[in-house]
Amino acid sequence: MKPPRFSYARPETLEEALALLSDGEANVLAGGMSLAAMLNMRLAAPELVIDINRLPDCDTITADGDAVHTPCLVRQADALKDASVPLFALALPHVGHMQTRNRGTLCGSVAHADPSAEVPLCLTALGGQVELASRNGTRRVAAEEFFEGLLSTVREPDEMVTALIWPKAETGTGHGFAEIAQRRGDFALAAVAAWARLDGDIVEVGFALGGVEDRPRLFRPGASGMPATESTARELATAAVAELDAMSDHQANAAFRRHLGVEMATRALCDAFAGATP
Amino acid sequence: MTGWVGARLPRKEDPALLTGAARFIDDMAPVPGIAHVALLRSPYAHARIRSVDTTAALAMEGVIGIVTGAELAEGLRPLASALRAPMTYYPMAVDIARYVGEPVALVAAADRYLAEDALEAIMVDYEPLPAVADPASAIGDDAPRVHDRMDGNLVHQRHFRYGDPEAAFAKADETVSLSWRYPRQSCTPMETCGAIAHFESHPDRYTIWSNFQGPYILHGLMSGALAVDGNRLRLISAPSSGGSFGNKQAMFPHMVMLAAASRLLGVPLKWIEDRLENLQAGSCASDRADAISGAFAADGTLLGLRYDNLMNAGAYVRAPEPASLYRMHAASNGCYRVRDIAVDNRVAVTNLPPVGLNRGYGGPQFYYGLERLMDSAGRRIGLDPLEMRRRNIIPADAFPYEAPAGATYDAGDYESVLDLVAERADYPALLERREAARADGKLFGIGMAMGVEPSGSNMAYVTLAQTPEERAKAGGRSGGPGSATVSFDPSGAVTVRTVSTPAGQGHATVAAQIVADRLGLHPDDITVNTQADTFTSDWSLASGNYANRFSSVVVDAIALASDRIAGRLKRIAGDMLEVAADDIELSDGRARIVGVPDQGLPIRRVAARAHWHPLGLPEGEPAMLSETTVVSPDVLDSPDEQDRVGSAVTFGMVCDLAAVEIDRATGRATVQSYISVHDCGTILNPLVAEGQVFGGFAHGFGAAFLEELTYDEGGNFLSGSFADYLCPTAPDMPTIETAEVTTPSPRNAVGSKGMGDGSAMLTPAAIANAVADALGRDDIEIPLTLNRLWQLAQS
Repeated sequence: MKPPRFSYARPETLEEALALLSDGEANVLAGGMSLAAMLNMRLAAPELVIDINRLPDCDTITADGDAVHTPCLVRQADALKDASVPLFALALPHVGHMQTRNRGTLCGSVAHADPSAEVPLCLTALGGQVELASRNGTRRVAAEEFFEGLLSTVREPDEMVTALIWPKAETGTGHGFAEIAQRRGDFALAAVAAWARLDGDIVEVGFALGGVEDRPRLFRPGASGMPATESTARELATAAVAELDAMSDHQANAAFRRHLGVEMATRALCDAFAGATP
Repeated sequence: MTGWVGARLPRKEDPALLTGAARFIDDMAPVPGIAHVALLRSPYAHARIRSVDTTAALAMEGVIGIVTGAELAEGLRPLASALRAPMTYYPMAVDIARYVGEPVALVAAADRYLAEDALEAIMVDYEPLPAVADPASAIGDDAPRVHDRMDGNLVHQRHFRYGDPEAAFAKADETVSLSWRYPRQSCTPMETCGAIAHFESHPDRYTIWSNFQGPYILHGLMSGALAVDGNRLRLISAPSSGGSFGNKQAMFPHMVMLAAASRLLGVPLKWIEDRLENLQAGSCASDRADAISGAFAADGTLLGLRYDNLMNAGAYVRAPEPASLYRMHAASNGCYRVRDIAVDNRVAVTNLPPVGLNRGYGGPQFYYGLERLMDSAGRRIGLDPLEMRRRNIIPADAFPYEAPAGATYDAGDYESVLDLVAERADYPALLERREAARADGKLFGIGMAMGVEPSGSNMAYVTLAQTPEERAKAGGRSGGPGSATVSFDPSGAVTVRTVSTPAGQGHATVAAQIVADRLGLHPDDITVNTQADTFTSDWSLASGNYANRFSSVVVDAIALASDRIAGRLKRIAGDMLEVAADDIELSDGRARIVGVPDQGLPIRRVAARAHWHPLGLPEGEPAMLSETTVVSPDVLDSPDEQDRVGSAVTFGMVCDLAAVEIDRATGRATVQSYISVHDCGTILNPLVAEGQVFGGFAHGFGAAFLEELTYDEGGNFLSGSFADYLCPTAPDMPTIETAEVTTPSPRNAVGSKGMGDGSAMLTPAAIANAVADALGRDDIEIPLTLNRLWQLAQS
């Protein structure tokens, strides 16, 4: 469990980091909560590790009119303390453990793209965007299109995830998050992030399912006018899970993952209904 | 005596451990020029090694040398086995690799990083062969043979009969049978195995520093494999150990490998097992395919038992296996009066890693059968678990109790244990709670498990694997002696040496408590050296740390050595104070004249006299002040012709009660109540004892709900990291309540019984019983993962 030889660079500016990234096969090191283990197990063998922890002005959550920005050095622990995205407080306690959240970043989790990870799930549920930068410029990709599968995204090798953009919820929106894992802090067997706006009945609802398929999947059912009840939640959840191609492994088979997907989606939607105010 | 024994004394060991001051094997560099070892391990469960090309790897930066299995085997004898079978076991695969993770080549390099780089450049030409992982499949006619010189994969079979089991089953009102698979599991100590081996010549000799913890009966296997006399193989234990739970026993083939490779390469070698190696090929408890039948009378009386055990030894029967199949054998009746018992034991070899010591060693597998049987039979007969046990336990007036298969239970009061469990569980209220939950449509269950905990093993119990005739031919074997030395140095300070190689059990603290009481000193005054060094320690086959040896046997040697020293101190002090030795008492660091508390001498000064003025000692009193005591418990006799054996010195008692509720929607079981009552005789230190109960429970809880080393049918390993092999973490653990009944053991001077294994042995059965009760079905196998529980709750 020792990494193969790699070069290490610790750029002081984003420009420098992007120049290094365009130069050859490299991995970006932020919190290192996934990368360090992959290096030690020799599952990753980059020529260069670019440590971005010295980049300036990247560790503060900012907001403009419509959105909250979490740049590349915002730690999960910092986001957990931030109220500007209501899902943070609900979902981030499920991310690893206190110790790993102190190091792990929101952007790192998105770049790593584990299918059961909570941060990609929340970003997908909220219709957020991933900001990618390279020497050739900056682009934004909708979360829904960013994740391509197991540890696979549309990020080009010379691109770095520089920020996540979280749309602000309209006043009165309710949020829900439900997850089940074998142990606290484990990879989710199924996790769901949900939001809803009500006027008594449902006005608008969205949710994303993670851990079941090889990537988080967004659902925006046309549920306007439906009653905000558990039975509606279960109906929406069942319809969504029916579209998923569930994974199977020695911890949970596909049938169980589907079942848990329905359960978690029902719970998350019910919580979102309960939290919404007209 | 001033009562340090029994005090809730914080552990002497903890400040160093908690501040990072403790030194472990990986911190050690006892000789200069150590090269670092990485092992190339077989990716196949079964493959012929056609060739190994090390040319490219040898040319790599920092590489000092490479040893292949074939090169290693040239200078070695095969590792001896407790079973006679045509299978050759070397520390590395020679022509055929028989499990995923079997070492194939060893790289020594300037550091571990470079050694691992070189592994990737070694070219091995493997010819994959058919493999078998499951013990029941392995003994089938069509199964691939693990060792081609054997007829099949069944390497051991013995049938035992005590009393008249056929008659017992013939008169039964109710016969209950269960069969199940018990998973492979590991206790995953925080610190993995590690060793530094150093070969020196003129004369040829080996020194190995390691966190090996015994049993030192394996020393002879190592020197035998290296083809040197025992006095040419020096084993030195590391100052501190990061846990073992028995697992580190299994590193002895690696120690032989490193020693032999050190000779071949001419450099000292260091190997630290990493977590991937530990999970893939470290010690683990054997998986089993077992069955049990119980003959019961209508009133719940257990009349007879029939065990059918099939153990998966893995690719080789590594010593001391098949001991895990025989650890509980002499106590096959558990804590019950039943005397008519049949036991069928079989051992299969498969293409999985060899098994070895793991907390509880055979106990969890054994109790999973017997204790699940008791609850299942109770449900059938209409008696609750507590009542089933009340009707069958050995009564308090029957101790010492000779069990049908030869164990002698030293002391016990099982009725009081059951009473205490019922009281602490608030049993009637718990039954009502179950009814209320069920009326609500919930899945709520109560389960129990109760059993004896053998401690201080007979080195001969494993010879039950031989027939009485084979044993007679091999010559007698018996015993399990322990030793301790108590010394005063010239400064008048005390050192205790135990060769007990603890791995976190607090031996230093407890030894100091025992000695302090007997010498009138404070535990802080006493330094305890628990390390083993086979050149300087008094050691024997049984030395080391396993099977609760310390609190059943070693404590006796410590107490007796202390008493001898106390006697000598009194004689010297009596002479100095001109009173009879009998008129001296030792307390508060002083040798005082009884009844004249103002008159006395510091013990330090009395002791120093034995060094500084030996000719001034009373007549017949030898110079220096050091006593080594060897105790050899007489209950540990050879197995007799009827295959009865006094397998252990003390038999503590554990009784656990669990209540669980299962969420139908997710398969999540939550422990609603858990009571664990122990009788470990005199409690030497409640803090240490509680730690053992909590830790043993955590291992049992992990075993019940989470842990399994999983393989596919072809022996490919599926749980190679801690993301796949799930152990409970602190937030996963439920609260448990502990309580104790105390019947002192007559087998040692302090009255204690071993107690480190018990919770790990009984917890899986107690939880499985509670789950079985909640679900109203008997076909429960562990680990009870969410997926498995959900499926059970659906159908």
